[in-house]
Parts: sequence; structure tokens; C-alpha cells
Amino acid sequence: MIETGAIAALLAMMAAVAVAVVRQRNLFAVVVLTTAYSFLMATALAALDAADVAMTEAAVGAGISTVLLLGALHLVGSLEMKPSAGSAVPLAIVVVTGLLVAYGTYGLPAFSDPDAPMHRHVAPRYLQEGPKETGVPNVVTAVLASYRGFDTLGETTVVFTAGIGVIALLRRRRPGEQEDKP
Amino acid sequence: MIYAPVIVALLATLALGLARAFLGPTLFDRALAVNAIGTVAMLLLAVLEFLTGRPEYTDLALVYGLLNIVGTIAVLKFFRVGDLGKEGTLEEGDTR
Repeated sequence: MIETGAIAALLAMMAAVAVAVVRQRNLFAVVVLTTAYSFLMATALAALDAADVAMTEAAVGAGISTVLLLGALHLVGSLEMKPSAGSAVPLAIVVVTGLLVAYGTYGLPAFSDPDAPMHRHVAPRYLQEGPKETGVPNVVTAVLASYRGFDTLGETTVVFTAGIGVIALLRRRRPGEQEDKP
Repeated sequence: MIYAPVIVALLATLALGLARAFLGPTLFDRALAVNAIGTVAMLLLAVLEFLTGRPEYTDLALVYGLLNIVGTIAVLKFFRVGDLGKEGTLEEGDTR
């Protein structure tokens, strides 16, 4: 009961931060606000029992993203231009998409319902046979690294490529700037 | 139950920190506000874990604490030096 209320309060604060991020024109302040958003998101995820996702959100959202966005700010300057077109069409698209997503949640099974299809399909096999078939004691690690090994390999490739792209962008020198000598 | 009033108090603190982060007016107000939000989020997480009887998740709160420092230092270094890769230069009268 208390937990549900706390999660609701956290989600409401996240919505407020999102509105502030959209309305704020100083990009430096936007980076700082997104860090606050990540902290709230990670706390809400941890309260929802998703400890590994919360850990990732805190490390990536509040840690690395802040540093990468600050690096990007160095290249683009910290004041956002006024948008050239009106915001009616994008707003309408966002509202319609949001309503569709909210409508979609009615088709989902109830939160932590043990009879949900997710828990009846392959999960029992993972739980019972996982340690024997893969030799990994942690079930989550067994699923990610063994049963979904190719999926994880693809994800790692995407993340690695994105990292290389960011490094290539951040290493660009402006004309006239001295090359650092090691 | 002591946890409920503690959680309410922490949420109120979180809201106050967010208000400062929204209003600004300077960057330092926002950076400090987000630092405080990170600390309160860490405390809130710890209290929630004890409320639900899983104190072993407190490790997560420790990770928050470490990341909070990294984020704040990154913002402040960027503000001072303008580049995260460069070394800072000592200024006149600087006692570091």
C-alpha cells in the first residue's frame, strides 16, 4: 500500500521532470534534469522488484549519459534554438501514441500474476533445468548468456558500435584548436 | 510502523529538491538540487527495501551514491573547464 503510493508519487514527479525538460531552453539545465529523471526512474524500478534494470538505469542514465551529454554540449553549445515549426502536430502524435500505449496495457495480465503466459511458457523450464543445462547458478545470467546468447551478442554489438560512434564524434577537433600532444 | 512516515518525509524532500531544480535560477542551484535528489533517492530506496524485507538490495543504494558523485563532478568540471577530457588550469589565487 505504502509502496504503491511511493511508486505513484515517483511516477508523478517523473512526469513533472519530463515537462520541465521539454520546456527548458538551456541545454545544460536539461542535462541536469535528465540526471534527476534517471534517479527517480531507477528508484521506481527498484521498488518494482527489477533490481538489475534499476542498476542499469542508474549506471547508464545517471552516470554515463550525463557525461556523454555534457561532451555533446561541448560541441553544440548550450542554448537550444526556438523550434521553426509549430508544436501542434508533434503534440497530437505524442498524445495519440500515448493513448494507444495506455490502451494496450489493458490487454496485459495483472502485475505479478503467476498465471500470466510469461510465467507458464518457458520460465518453468529455465528455473528447473537452467542450472543443469548451462552450469550457471544465477538464472537471470543463464537466460541472458546462454538461452538468449545470440540476442545478447547482437545487443553488445549495437552498444559497442554506438560507443565507437560517440568516441569518433567527441574526438573531432574544431578548426584552429591545438592538437593535444601526449 | 516507522517506515511510512519516513517514506512520506523523503518524498516531500524529493519534491522540494525537484522544485529547486525546476526553478533554478543558476546552474549551481540545479546541480546541487540534483545532487540532493540523488541522495534522497538513495535513502528512499534503502527505506523501501527494508519496508519490503529485502535489505540485501541496499547494494543498489550504494551504487547510486557512487554515481551521484561522478555525475556531480562531471557537471562541475564541465562548467569550470568546458571540456571533460582536458586538465584544469590553476587560476590566480587558487588554493587546491
